[in-house]
Amino acid sequence: MANMSATKLPMPEQDPAVRSRNFEEVAQGYTAEMAVEEAGRCLHCKNSPCVAGCPVNIRIPEFIAKVAEGDFQAAYEIIHTTNTLPAISGRVCPQESQCECLCVRGKKGEPVAIGRLERFVADWYREHGTEKTAKPASNGVKVAVVGSGPAGLTCASDLGKLGYAVTIFEAFHTAGGVLVYGIPQFRLPKEIVRHEVEGILDMGVELRLDTVIGKTITIDELFEQGYQAVFVGSGAGLPMFMGIPGETLSGVYSANEYLTRVNLMKAYLEEYDTPIKKSRAVAVVGGGNVAMDAARCAKRIGAEHVYVVYRRSEAEMPARNEEIHHAREEGIEFHLLNNPTRILSDGKGSVAGMECIKMELGEPDASGRRRPVEVPGSEFVLDVDTVIMSLGTTPNPLIRSTTPGLETNRKGCLVVHEDTMETTRPHVYAGGDAVTGAATVILAMGAGKRAAKAIHEALSAKKED
Amino acid sequence: MALLQHKRRLNPTVTLMEVSAPLIAKKAQPGQFIILRVDEHGERIPLTISDYDRERGTVTIIFQKVGLTTELLDRLEEGDDILDFVGPLGTPTDLLDREHPGLELGPVKRVAVIGGGVGCAIAYPQAKYLHARGVEVDVIAGFRSKDIVILEEEFKKACDHFYLTTDDGSCGEKGLVTDKLKTLIDSGIHYDAVIAIGPIIMMKFVCKTTEPYGIKTLVSLNPIMIDGTGMCGGCRVSVGGEMKFACVDGPDFDGHKVDFDELMTRNRAYQEREAETRRTHACRLMQKEVE
Repeated sequence: MANMSATKLPMPEQDPAVRSRNFEEVAQGYTAEMAVEEAGRCLHCKNSPCVAGCPVNIRIPEFIAKVAEGDFQAAYEIIHTTNTLPAISGRVCPQESQCECLCVRGKKGEPVAIGRLERFVADWYREHGTEKTAKPASNGVKVAVVGSGPAGLTCASDLGKLGYAVTIFEAFHTAGGVLVYGIPQFRLPKEIVRHEVEGILDMGVELRLDTVIGKTITIDELFEQGYQAVFVGSGAGLPMFMGIPGETLSGVYSANEYLTRVNLMKAYLEEYDTPIKKSRAVAVVGGGNVAMDAARCAKRIGAEHVYVVYRRSEAEMPARNEEIHHAREEGIEFHLLNNPTRILSDGKGSVAGMECIKMELGEPDASGRRRPVEVPGSEFVLDVDTVIMSLGTTPNPLIRSTTPGLETNRKGCLVVHEDTMETTRPHVYAGGDAVTGAATVILAMGAGKRAAKAIHEALSAKKED
Repeated sequence: MALLQHKRRLNPTVTLMEVSAPLIAKKAQPGQFIILRVDEHGERIPLTISDYDRERGTVTIIFQKVGLTTELLDRLEEGDDILDFVGPLGTPTDLLDREHPGLELGPVKRVAVIGGGVGCAIAYPQAKYLHARGVEVDVIAGFRSKDIVILEEEFKKACDHFYLTTDDGSCGEKGLVTDKLKTLIDSGIHYDAVIAIGPIIMMKFVCKTTEPYGIKTLVSLNPIMIDGTGMCGGCRVSVGGEMKFACVDGPDFDGHKVDFDELMTRNRAYQEREAETRRTHACRLMQKEVE
């Protein structure tokens, strides 16, 4: 008999007052009993609408059925057939706009907590699971993967499972891409990323850190070295700024820089040397998930006031509802319908405030969202000593500028064939933010997956020739 | 990981290290830099490549002990590994024949290469490169005093005229590099370009000196960086009123367009914290000594 509760079983969380002072994970995860109970809410619809909403088509009702039976090992194995990184996607996926929004239970009440169940299964497996899959036999065919973020890891993993001799090239000193430099510890503990990466390396995938493709080695050289295909998952790159006066003052960060200092370089831990400004009051400009991450990090670093300044209203904010909710709970203050006009100097080159102007919503613009319009004469100064610009990024030029034959669109994103993820250069594939511009972890994973499939098909056909 | 093959102290605070990094040595060009990390808890810092040997697969860096990271780096001995060593990063200096819009020197007959202090380590490969390709090179190397002079012999082999200046007159001519440069220009020497590498304040004043004469002046900037691949935007500098990222657009820029005052302020962002770190991390340094 199905559990007919109209609401999701809540997941335990750290108290906001406590967690806004630490970097421990906010959401604590279901216990086994909770998972079994929530799994009982799934109706196992025949047409499984949820599966179609998942960018990597996780066999959702099947794994949930195993959770309901208490067979967590089997549940993991089902998830793992289509998703190599469930502990990560279970935490950072926007399930509410993917699988869960299509759940039949959501029509009357809340959908099944698919994301929480995925996370539970992955966490259970990490602690109790038994490895069944043997190391695949190598077919000796070399494939290079550029970047070890979600796209690259997924592509490498899928090709590794098929026996390819995969090498991942990573520019940083740690694997994980945005999962380690961008998403904070309190949303995605780095031990989890490390564990998932190790799982992929255990399959025989090789990892070369500190190697910048486009600089240390070019893509043409990879082909000369015998790689039969290259997947580019180099991620988003250059941070955008507003172009207002004062953006080069000391105390103005891009969200990329701020988050990298905190997450990858561990500025929040005493034993690390990385410096970060000890801010009194911080303005984060932007309304996406990255802005929420930056704001919540700033609070944890010790700022008394952290403001999110966003030019539209909450309804238009691109951040997930859950992130906005968590940020609010932790005391982040929202200045919606406000736009910065200049950053003020203290006369010695540091930030002494940020002038904003109030906005109101006018007619819808090209994005379909109502266009914010300045309210004349409404300027005011926000008292801050730090500004974090979280306005998105543009793709990194290092690869396209050193690889002949790679076409990009006017935004600088690599142009790919949608089904195969092959670029305009034969045998070079791409996916993730390098193709889409800043998007989600799971979309990058989906792209990595599609590319792996296409690479396998192309290389298999080549062998038969 | 990169093996420290050879270490030599050039003066009490400046050290030369030859590091085994074959992939970087194969690609390195004058003006490019590497990023390194000494240990697991360390910062990533950029250092300009001062020489490379493609056959032996080595890259040479020369650095001054200015903070915790360079202090820790200085404690490594021959045979030790540098934990992370990434590069070559940045756009090479366009000396003669490469494409680098707006910065290309074009056909040049005579160039003044100016180095200030440890900046001489980066000025040296530029002089060497030009000299080897038949350009008449005048080097002006400036130091505070005699005891910190570096690379004097190397420079002499890599240029046509070598001028040494010290602030206190303890060696070479007493005065600043800008004094010497102005004297040379006023004596009727025609320079097609000037390359200035050293403290920001020196580069600023070299640019002020050359501007009235309309001599193209290249500078190599050293802002704070993390990744060195364009991702963090920490190294942004204002050049001709535009925001540039030194790690991918530079580190070389047209000196007459650089906002040096802004760069000086930005580079002081962590000065207080640095001073604090030197106090609190004294224990970590001592621990290293025990090891």
